Amino acid sequence: MPGSPDPPLWLLAELTYRCPLHCVFCYNPVDYTAYGAELATDEWIRVLREGRSLGATQLGFSGGEPLVRDDLEVLVAEARRLGYYSNLITSGIGLNERRIAAFKDGGLDHIQLSFQDSTRELNDFLSSTRTFDLKRRVAKLIKQYDYPMVLNVVLHRHNIDHVQQILDLALELEAEYVELANTQYYGWAYLNRDQLLPSREQLERAEAVVARFRERAGNAMKIYFVVPDYHETRPKACMNGWGAVFLCLTADGLALPCHEARMLPGLEFPNVRDRDLRWIWYDSPAFNGYRGDEWMKEPCRSCPEKVKDYGGCRCQAYMLTGDAANADPVCDKSPYHARVTQAVERAEQVRPAVGTKPVLFFRDDKNSRALSGASPREPVA
Amino acid sequence: MAIGDDTVFELARRLRFQWEEAQAAYVLLYPEGMVKLGQSAGEILKRVNGSSPVSEIIGDLERTFPGADLRQDVTDFLEHAREKGWINARQP
Repeated sequence: MPGSPDPPLWLLAELTYRCPLHCVFCYNPVDYTAYGAELATDEWIRVLREGRSLGATQLGFSGGEPLVRDDLEVLVAEARRLGYYSNLITSGIGLNERRIAAFKDGGLDHIQLSFQDSTRELNDFLSSTRTFDLKRRVAKLIKQYDYPMVLNVVLHRHNIDHVQQILDLALELEAEYVELANTQYYGWAYLNRDQLLPSREQLERAEAVVARFRERAGNAMKIYFVVPDYHETRPKACMNGWGAVFLCLTADGLALPCHEARMLPGLEFPNVRDRDLRWIWYDSPAFNGYRGDEWMKEPCRSCPEKVKDYGGCRCQAYMLTGDAANADPVCDKSPYHARVTQAVERAEQVRPAVGTKPVLFFRDDKNSRALSGASPREPVA
Repeated sequence: MAIGDDTVFELARRLRFQWEEAQAAYVLLYPEGMVKLGQSAGEILKRVNGSSPVSEIIGDLERTFPGADLRQDVTDFLEHAREKGWINARQP
């Protein structure tokens, strides 16, 4: 390990895996029902203190749906006392005036609200709920309480053609930021990949709409466009590097260098019930597993771009090639790159006949139990 | 609008300015991000409070760091900070 790593800046607290929505693109692990008890309030408070003393400044409350926890008000207030800049990442379900007033008093700094689409029909179908109108009311409440609002919409084949309407909706709701997050294929999204990948034409149209909108709307609303890496030839700089800035804490207390890492074999991820965050961040074998570039294989090892993208995503390398130390196969220098391009091509072929609904796995407890034990990997030839 | 001696700045509404022990620096926090400030930037922003005019900020800094003529540096930085959207001139 060359040198000492910088402290973590970003703490993501996935307070619970429970969620009233059943989104088909959820990145939570498919077998989430198999995990142990959620951390208790006093355990979260201890971990937040440890994170702050390490130097973390940004704190996200996420899940599942964090509003399911009835101690969220307590955690928000503790976060503010500790000096975090805190963000509630929510579907909006469960956010009423009483709770948002308590968050404001407690010192929550901003709110990220998800929509599944600009239309009621698709929003409600993709989340398997009737929540569209409720989300609109929640957006009004967020503005009424003078919060900066990030509107997040996960994009895929079924809604990417509505990008114009999604941006119009965001303007109407007075969002300061819009995150157009092309689906990342992990968890439930990976399971539904063939049904979610957009075509290249869809993507190009959406990018053109975003570019036109940016020209017209100027700085009124900032748009983040999360690139769909399956359509790229270079990998994303995943998490800005393993164990570099980001620390994810799961509902059951695991500390992870990214949202998905618990799928990786051969690494024992520490639990905050057993270890303090300082040891976890600086000394645990898991957080040191893919730091720096000692672990890299070819083509990454000798690649001049390794300082830029760190070889991409370890989980994607594992899922698509069977070895987390391989280059992320999004990279066209990877000998496995065809697995990505073939997935895009295959998705083109499986469009359901007109008038029929696509076969999708909705994220719910029943499906989770049925699918637990299934490998998140492709069969490797 | 040019920055005058009596211009009063306030921190932008969405930002939080605080000392970070782990960085040994002042920082600005905003949704999804952080700016780590250099020492002089931190000392200037610390004095931007929505009530002190620029002349008072310069005077206070020159008392804290004697022997330096800081007027140009301070107004340059305030101009930069305003362009970045970190501070706004208060309407009189």
